[in-house]
Amino acid sequence: MSIEILDPVADVEEAAPSRRRLRQLGWVGWLSIGVIAVALLLAVLGPVFAPFDPNSSDLSYANVGPFGSHLLGFDGQGRDVLSRLMVGARTTVFGAAFVAIVAVFIGATLAIVTAWFGGKIDAGVSVGVDVLFAFPGILLAVLAAAVFGPSLFSAALALSLAYSPYVARVLRGAALKERAMTYIAALEVQGFGAWRLCVRHLLPNISSLIVAQGTILFGFAMVDLAAISFLGLGVQTPQADWGVMVSDGKTSLLQGYPLVSLSAVLCIVAVVAAVSFLGDRLDTSSKGVRR
Amino acid sequence: MLAFLARRMAMLVATLLVASFAIYGALYLAPGSPIAALTGGRSVPPDVLAQLEERYHLNEPFLTRYWIWFTSALHGDLGESIPLHEKVSTLIGQRIGVTIQLVMLTAAIIIIVGVGLGIVGALGRGSVDGGVLLVSTVSAALPAFAAAVILQFVFGVTLGWFPVLGNGDGFLDQLRHLTLPALALAATSVALVTRVTRTAVREELDREHVQTAVSRGLPWREVVRRHVLRNAAIPITTVVGITIASLIALAAIVETAFGLNGLGAYLVQAAQNKDFAVVQGISLVLVFAFVITNVVIDIAYAILDPRVTLGSRAQ
Repeated sequence: MSIEILDPVADVEEAAPSRRRLRQLGWVGWLSIGVIAVALLLAVLGPVFAPFDPNSSDLSYANVGPFGSHLLGFDGQGRDVLSRLMVGARTTVFGAAFVAIVAVFIGATLAIVTAWFGGKIDAGVSVGVDVLFAFPGILLAVLAAAVFGPSLFSAALALSLAYSPYVARVLRGAALKERAMTYIAALEVQGFGAWRLCVRHLLPNISSLIVAQGTILFGFAMVDLAAISFLGLGVQTPQADWGVMVSDGKTSLLQGYPLVSLSAVLCIVAVVAAVSFLGDRLDTSSKGVRR
Repeated sequence: MLAFLARRMAMLVATLLVASFAIYGALYLAPGSPIAALTGGRSVPPDVLAQLEERYHLNEPFLTRYWIWFTSALHGDLGESIPLHEKVSTLIGQRIGVTIQLVMLTAAIIIIVGVGLGIVGALGRGSVDGGVLLVSTVSAALPAFAAAVILQFVFGVTLGWFPVLGNGDGFLDQLRHLTLPALALAATSVALVTRVTRTAVREELDREHVQTAVSRGLPWREVVRRHVLRNAAIPITTVVGITIASLIALAAIVETAFGLNGLGAYLVQAAQNKDFAVVQGISLVLVFAFVITNVVIDIAYAILDPRVTLGSRAQ
């Protein structure tokens, strides 16, 4: 990681990069970490924390406001809103994580392969990437829903495919720079194979950029997945999911009872804002380290 | 310039060919036979079956069917919706106007508000800039469907200023119906454009040629107009173009949220009903519009900045 060994100041900073980064966070950064931690906790243990069954509906409580232990009241079908929010965190968070991981995996593989081999492989992949750029993520997800039937999996797969060219384009530049470094040439001369060099040396050296890309994509994926579920082409109602809840609550909202839609919107916006704030920070601090 | 245009057009044609092939091929692979959809699952006499197969080219090999579909699409014939027994081009024609109006209104909002706020933020100091930053941070975190729901509640249900559902009749009424959807669609993009504009203008303000212009005694307005904004226009045009191109697909979300009878909302409906001819047709139109917009951005970029080596947009 240390490129500027000659610079004593940089050397000291390199010594404790994680601590320096933590100090730079500020209260917004800590708040963001808190929001993400809560979302992750709910994604794993939401059903344990949920005070009521998220799917048991009692129409006599339809659109009844908060009272007693029902802190957020009931939705249009008389289901406990807080419980549905807690359980719904799972599909939202894990779906977005799946998209980010798969997209980064495909994108990073493409970037390293094209940067390493160059020439015809590079040109061929670039054409493929250009064609993928012609498909906006949402459109690809709608096509996937038409072909495979609407589900979280088909939406997530379509989004991963749609995001991967962006990752490939960003990482390819970094991989090319790394490929041209003398240490790679030196190791090549010593007879190390391409696979070993890519996985053991090139990949770790662009890892901070990969993490930053993954974080940014996670935010995008959460928004797009929620939007697709909102359209009815992702997670299917009656399963609890934040995007589905926004659309489920719309009828009540138009009748003047907005709590269901708005609470789900607030959850999505809070997590997305937190992720994008941290993603920006990771991006700039990783640039700072690399310079 | 001509060589650049020729290369860009060749890429455009290649992209469209591959994309149309992907659209057609994907839906061809979808489970379920078109005959079952045509007959509703009833058994039919063999002569009717043969007639249907003849009419929809069901017996031809895949590549021939693709080619028939693609060439007739180039002539404006996108086939027939099997469940609706109507021409896809007619169905698209009835709805494309709403989508174009929505995208254009949104684009106008993005350009006016986004670029305007960015310039104000960059030139103003202290609290003005802080206000701009606050607005852009809040709207950046508002995805279209979230903004739609919030706007519907605040300006539709609570205040009653704007209608929350439907298309409206007549120009002014349609505009009134499109206001909230356009605002919802613009929210995220306005934030992005504001940020890029603000940074671009700030960077130009710090440049030496601007200081030179100031020290030569040129009026501040002239300096901003001729030396700052003109140079800042390049990154701004790029980001505005990219965000407007992205609206073409995102329109589906607000159209669904506001019950607008547009192309995007219809695409979603068709995907749910497995009306493949319509899904193929609308997807092709949207990809076409998206790719064309991107080419226009590239050309505008090349014209704006003669230093750019033609054909390679900033990567």
